[in-house]
Amino acid sequence: MSDPGLESLYREVILDHYKNPRGHGVIEDADAEAEGQNPLCGDEVSIYVAFGDDGETIDDVKFSGRGCAISQAATSMLMEMAKGRTAEEVATLDKDELLDEIGVPLTPVRLKCAMLGLTTLKVALHKAKGTPLPEGLAGFDDLELT
Amino acid sequence: MSTLASRCEPRRYDESVAVKSPAKLDARTLRRDFPIFEQEIHGKPLAFLDSAASSQKPRQMLDAMNRFYETSYANVHRGVYELAERATEGLEHARERTRAFLNASTTREVIFVRNATEALNLVAYAWGLWNLEPGDLVVVTELEHHSNFVPWQFIAGKRGAELRMLPLDDQGELDLSGLDALAREGNVKVVATNLVSNSLGTINPVDRLVSWAHEQGAIFVCDAAQAAPHMKLDVQALGVDFLAISGHKMCGPSGVGALWGRAELLQRMEPFLTGGHMINSVRADKTTWGELPHKFEAGTAPMAEAVGLGAAIDYLEEAGLDAIEAHEHELAAYALGRLAEVPGITLYGPPADKRAGIVSFNLEGIHPHDVAQILDLQGVAIRAGHHCCQPLMQKLGVAATNRASFYLYTIPEEIDQLVDGLFAVRKVFA
Repeated sequence: MSDPGLESLYREVILDHYKNPRGHGVIEDADAEAEGQNPLCGDEVSIYVAFGDDGETIDDVKFSGRGCAISQAATSMLMEMAKGRTAEEVATLDKDELLDEIGVPLTPVRLKCAMLGLTTLKVALHKAKGTPLPEGLAGFDDLELT
Repeated sequence: MSTLASRCEPRRYDESVAVKSPAKLDARTLRRDFPIFEQEIHGKPLAFLDSAASSQKPRQMLDAMNRFYETSYANVHRGVYELAERATEGLEHARERTRAFLNASTTREVIFVRNATEALNLVAYAWGLWNLEPGDLVVVTELEHHSNFVPWQFIAGKRGAELRMLPLDDQGELDLSGLDALAREGNVKVVATNLVSNSLGTINPVDRLVSWAHEQGAIFVCDAAQAAPHMKLDVQALGVDFLAISGHKMCGPSGVGALWGRAELLQRMEPFLTGGHMINSVRADKTTWGELPHKFEAGTAPMAEAVGLGAAIDYLEEAGLDAIEAHEHELAAYALGRLAEVPGITLYGPPADKRAGIVSFNLEGIHPHDVAQILDLQGVAIRAGHHCCQPLMQKLGVAATNRASFYLYTIPEEIDQLVDGLFAVRKVFA
C-alpha cells in the first residue's frame, strides 16, 4: 500500500476494529436502545445499553448493524469509550474525542459515517434518560427516534 | 433506426441486433470535447464512471451557454427590444430542439422545468391531486428512482389513493405476472415507471405497460431521465401520456429538464406553480391561465440552461443516439466480463443486451463506501450508495451497491482502471 491517502484512511487500527468489532451484538431487554441510519449511504447501526445498579453508569453497551468500515470501526471504538461512563457523560461527549481516536482526517461525507454510532447512542440515552440530544438533532424530539 | 418501443419486445430486439450495423462511435475523439478529462485526479488519469448520476459537459454546450449570456441575454417573452427578442428566440429554439428530440407533435407540449424530479412532481400535483379519488390505485415499480416514487406516494396518500409496486424478478427485470390481479383489485388511475433503471440499467417493457395502463383507463407517466441520454426516444411511438427528462444527465447543464405531456391532458389540468408569466389575465377576483406551455412555466425560465440543453441535444444527435446506445451495450458487456474476474464480486441486474450502460455490484464483505473511497485514490469515480432507490435496495437485500455507469465518452481503459482498482481494494481488506 504505497498510496499515502490510502494508508492513512484505512490505517491498521480502523481495519482492526472493522474486522474485529468490539461490543458487537445485541443486549436483550436493554435499558436503552436506538436505531440509526445514514441516509446518504445506507449505513445502519443499532445500539443497546444496560445500566449498572446506580441506573446511570453504562454497564454494558453493544451494537449491531452493517455499513462501511468507517461507520462500523468508529462505533466499535465508541463501545470501548462509553463503557463505564454515565449517561450524562456520554450525552455530552465531545465528538472530537471520538475523532481523535479515529485519528485520520475525514471528508464531510465520511464524517457522517463516523458520527453515526455516537449520534445513535446519544439518541438511545435521550429516550431512556432524557439527556440532551446530539447537535443537529436537538429540537427534533418529534422525529421518529426509533 | 428502430425506436425504443420496438426494442422493448425481446424477440424483435434480438432480431434487430442481428441485422443492424450501427454507426461506430469514436469515444476517444468525442472525449476530447470534454474539458474535465484534461486533468488528473490524485495523480492518476480520471476514470469517470458516474455518468448515470450526472454526465460531463462538452465544450460545445458550454460555449453555447456562454454565447447566450454574452450576446443575447435579457428576460424572455417581455421586452420588445432586440436583446429580449434574441433571448426569446434562444429559449424557443431550445424548445423546438427538445420537441424534435422527443418527436413530440408540437412545442406546446414541451414544458421546461428544473429537472425530471420537478417534471414528475408537476404531474403528481397538477394531475394526481385533482384526479385521484380515495381507493384508486397508483402503480409504480420496485425499480423506481425516488423521483418517480415519492411524489406518487405523497399525493396518493393525500388523496386516500393506494400505491402498488410492480416487483422485480431474480434477473432484475420487472415481473408483470401480477398485472391481471392488480386490475381486479381496484381502479388503476396512474402507472408510473422509468424507461431505464438508474440503478440496475434495466430497460423496462414500457410498451406493454402502456397498453395495460390504457386498458385500465389510467395515465402512463414515464421517467426517461436515464433513457434520454442513451437511446432514441419517440413519445408518439411509446404511447405514453407524460415523459420527463433531465438536462444534466444528457450533456446539458444542471437546472433544466423538460416535461412532455399530451396537449389534451395538459389543457385540462390546473397549474402546478403560479405567479408571473403563466397567466392570461389577473384581476382582483380572478386569474386566468396562459396558453400551453406557459401555463406550466411560472416565473423566469432557466433560459441559458435551456439553450444549453438545446446545444446538448445537437451534440448527442451529431454523435448519433443509436451509436451511443450501441457503444454503451458494448461497454456494459465488456465491464460485466472484466468485473467477473474480481473474486468475491456480486453483479446485479439483467444481462448486457437488456441493460443500458450501468453496472451495479458489491464486493463481499466490503462496504461500497469503502470501495468507492479507495477507488477514488486510483482516479476512479464511481457511485456508492442506494442511488435514490431504497425500495430496490431492500429488495436486493443490501444497504447499498457500487455503481459504474458509462457514456459516449467512456473508453474501455477506464473499465480496466476500475478492475485494477478493485483488486487494490481487496488487498486493503485482505
